[in-house]
Amino acid sequence: MVAPAFEYVAAGSYDEAVRLLAENGDEAKILAGGQSLMPMLNLRLAHPELLIDINPADQRPPTLALHNSGEMLRLPALTRHRVLLEHDLVRQHCPLLAEAVRHVGNVRVRNRGTIAGSLAHADPTSEIGCCALATGARILARGPDGERTVPASDLFAGYWSTTLDPGQIITDVLIPAARPRQGWSFQEMVRRTSDFAIVAVAVIFNLAERSGAPASATVALAGVADRVVLADSELVDDDPEQTAARIADTLDPPDDVHASGAYRRRLARVLTARALREASARAAV
Amino acid sequence: MNKRQVVLGVNGRDHEVWITPSDTLLDVLHDELGLADVRYGCGEGVCGTCTVLLDGEPVNGCLTLAVQAAGHQVTTLRGLMGPGEAMHPLQECFLRRGASQCGFCTPGMILTSLDLVRRSVGQGQGRPSRDEIRYALVGNLCRCTGYTKILDAVEEYADMAAES
Repeated sequence: MVAPAFEYVAAGSYDEAVRLLAENGDEAKILAGGQSLMPMLNLRLAHPELLIDINPADQRPPTLALHNSGEMLRLPALTRHRVLLEHDLVRQHCPLLAEAVRHVGNVRVRNRGTIAGSLAHADPTSEIGCCALATGARILARGPDGERTVPASDLFAGYWSTTLDPGQIITDVLIPAARPRQGWSFQEMVRRTSDFAIVAVAVIFNLAERSGAPASATVALAGVADRVVLADSELVDDDPEQTAARIADTLDPPDDVHASGAYRRRLARVLTARALREASARAAV
Repeated sequence: MNKRQVVLGVNGRDHEVWITPSDTLLDVLHDELGLADVRYGCGEGVCGTCTVLLDGEPVNGCLTLAVQAAGHQVTTLRGLMGPGEAMHPLQECFLRRGASQCGFCTPGMILTSLDLVRRSVGQGQGRPSRDEIRYALVGNLCRCTGYTKILDAVEEYADMAAES
């Protein structure tokens, strides 16, 4: 199939993109890496009249920034998946994300696909969305009324939709840098490497601090609902099997051509237990 | 739709082409420039038959707009060949090992594995392992060979490249 005809404009800055988006409203779509949008056009699942290409708007590399809440990894919107996979700052300060991106698409998709494009696409099986939830990422978006920060836990609204206003564009993703005594794990089940996840689980595990703060784990899941989801922290204790069973019990995943809901729930339990064991073992090293 | 003229650098030569904004890079390379080594397979970025190098990196020709490639260097399989269409050493490995049957996937296989070997050797990591080759080629589908001979061919080339 061939994409329906559309017009194209390159935006030299985020502000220009915001202005173009405001002028064209629902007729326009933002083009970042294009690895989800372009297939949707080729399959005629979307019919925008205008693509606003933000690729010329930003060349910034990842950086480590100090915020009032501690060190944050600052990932510009157009950070390609390949950079997430290979960049020293990402590998050092968010190893969870570097590992998870191994499961995203193929070499070509990772060369073009971007972190913000993936988050804005809001696929319910997204590895990157799952990691954003587990790490407590914050999303910076710019619109006609200025900048706004959205916690990843408030970003996803349902199948392929976010809580961003239609005129807003993601410019940065901020991820709290991994702390000492922190472990992580990413587990995914697919039929064939590079497929969309049937179920994926991301875990960040913090060992008890000497100050007396108790151990804690954050569990995020993909492929179990209409969006990536964060497990209720009250379900988590220090028993991986029991925690995983409690989390799986709260899920009611949909049936689709890839897997039944019951199978997804079982995978959620097995992978969550596996991820909790691996993450706590890593934290203890 | 408004046609516009852009200059595409393809295989070391600049081409002035008239394109519409919704033309993909694949459309222009195959239909306008007659490069039969860039092929439409799935249109979703999954099969790898439209693989080209954009500034040296493998990308999906079907998911990149032609207008986005203006001002960048595009390399197709033909661009790897020497004067008089002399074959690239990796092509020779494919022939020697029987890694190409119908040939539809071969350009994408070669461009993707060449990128892997160049990176691996260039970054001082030596030759990629068979598992690394398998992982890099997961997005290139072949319906003839069963992949084993493709892996053999890439390993043979990787050995040569690592030694030289």
